[in-house]
Amino acid sequence: MSANRVRDNAVFAALRGSPQAVFGGTVLAIVVLIAVLASWIAPYGEHQRVGEVFAHPSTSHWLGLDDGGFDMLTLMMYGARVSLIVGFAAALVAMVIGGAVGIVAGFFGGKIDTLLMRLTDYFLAIPDVPLMIVVAAIWGRSLRNIILIIGAIYWTSTARVVRAQVKSVRERGYIRRTRVIGASNTRLIMRHVLPQVAPLLVATGVLMVAYAIFAETAIAFLGLGDPSAVSWGLLIENAFSRDAVTVGAWWAIVPPGIAVAIVVVSLTMLGTAIEDALNPRLRVSHVSVRRFRLRPIPPPREDA
Amino acid sequence: MSGAPVLEVQDLHVWFDLGQGRELHPVQGAGITLDRGERMGLVGESGCGKTTVSLALMGLLPPNASVAGRVLLDGEDILAGGEETLRPHRWNDIAMVFQGAMNAFNPVKRIGDQICEAMELHAVARGRAAETRCGELLELVGIRAERARRFPHEFSGGMRQRAAIAMALACNPRVLLADEPTTALDVMVQAQILQLLQQISDDLGLAIVLITHDLPIVAQTCQTASVMYAGRIVEVGPTVALHDAPRHPYTRMLFAATPDLAGTAGVVSIPGAPPRLDRELAGCPFAPRCDSTFATCTERLPRLLPVGDDHLAACHLAAGHLAGRPA
Repeated sequence: MSANRVRDNAVFAALRGSPQAVFGGTVLAIVVLIAVLASWIAPYGEHQRVGEVFAHPSTSHWLGLDDGGFDMLTLMMYGARVSLIVGFAAALVAMVIGGAVGIVAGFFGGKIDTLLMRLTDYFLAIPDVPLMIVVAAIWGRSLRNIILIIGAIYWTSTARVVRAQVKSVRERGYIRRTRVIGASNTRLIMRHVLPQVAPLLVATGVLMVAYAIFAETAIAFLGLGDPSAVSWGLLIENAFSRDAVTVGAWWAIVPPGIAVAIVVVSLTMLGTAIEDALNPRLRVSHVSVRRFRLRPIPPPREDA
Repeated sequence: MSGAPVLEVQDLHVWFDLGQGRELHPVQGAGITLDRGERMGLVGESGCGKTTVSLALMGLLPPNASVAGRVLLDGEDILAGGEETLRPHRWNDIAMVFQGAMNAFNPVKRIGDQICEAMELHAVARGRAAETRCGELLELVGIRAERARRFPHEFSGGMRQRAAIAMALACNPRVLLADEPTTALDVMVQAQILQLLQQISDDLGLAIVLITHDLPIVAQTCQTASVMYAGRIVEVGPTVALHDAPRHPYTRMLFAATPDLAGTAGVVSIPGAPPRLDRELAGCPFAPRCDSTFATCTERLPRLLPVGDDHLAACHLAAGHLAGRPA
């Protein structure tokens, strides 16, 4: 336990020292906070008409009004909720499926590996967007379905990355030793393999959240989102389909787009920083670069 | 011992930056003098700085290390300019057989190609000439030349160790640092490898620093020995003198801790552990574990002073008759 804690502290120290991790983490924390507190801090109600359709931004409505006369800033705050929920939940689905497939395929190898990897290839080869359209059309446009669809499409890369790592971990001496002692496959996987690949799962998971938020925006923009759940993608879609462009109401389209971009960039920054922190060797090579420093010879000790 | 030394290390210090203002000082002014063809054992328990000294001489310390001192190779200070002045001598003049060197081969390249690579990188030979020389080197370490086309996994542990030695000899070095060259080998192979090192050093006039904690190996292979403790050399002299008349309690206790064949004396362990090296210690670093301390030991650091022919020791007891032993 204590060794783990030391390691965790080192990881957090590395993250604190990385500007991109601090930036990404801070931005993300602010967005999450806004999403959580939306019903308290939003200036107006989510279903409250406050003025004319596509009214310009003003002091009482900083981001103007949308196609239904709703306050854009308010909708943006509520939209953060849906976008983040879908992003994190879909990433979790992808992590669970991808992690399980990757670990099982990598650990057992052989026919199981071949079978699971061909399945992965199959999912990789399917074009994302048409699959989303088809599945959304069949299953119906609910938030839960969107989460499942995104998770079901994006687990493949996680599975591949995890499988590669597991294949290497499986051959390490301590795994073989533990097997000789008599550990079951379940125990080996849960106690010895999973902890080794967990950092990898976390790092790919954070990056996956970014992908998922992006995918949700795309799905909503294509009109396949849950019409009752206001997300950033749905805001863009609504504005777009109700002629915001011809009216010149840029404020109905640009802010949600920027919000998606900011969140995706912060998540990516945080994800890559976590990857680096968990795997310092990616950055510092140990032997190949020799950069020892020279110092003057210290004077002999006085007590000599 | 006659002639100018081929390698002279003076006041070698190594520090490791541990971050958050903390620092480790694993080598605290070590010195080594090595004559042409001399085989010197560098002994001491784990963590006393043996490997760090050798890595410092090769310039292979990790980036958080800083180094001070003089490393005179035939009188030329090769450490003075850092990596810049060290690089031309690495492998060309000072080569190393690493700890666990037998596992340092790339498993997917032929042994011969890897030895030739060393020669090509250092512009010693290339193409056919390199292959010919590679064959000669393998023969020199007792492997048939045609085995150069084999892969590392087709070699036994002993053969791989021999191949690692051949690779170290590729550029005709003057000094060979052998860091635990026989660990993980069975005693028969161990004896063969040691005999090989002895023979090479005699035939080629190669000076060898044999880093080990196995005193019998040193006694069998080396003319001289240096004993390290807490980053310093505490005793240096002819192997026989060190064994028969050790002047530093640590040396004496090290020998007492080594089982002898007759099994008459029994094995005595040295209580305690080497001191932490992240802060300055007052007095003699061995004092807390020593069986013959007196007041001065905890106050003053003993200097390495002559106690006999080519025999130096850093102990207030040994230096007593020279420095005037305090009451």
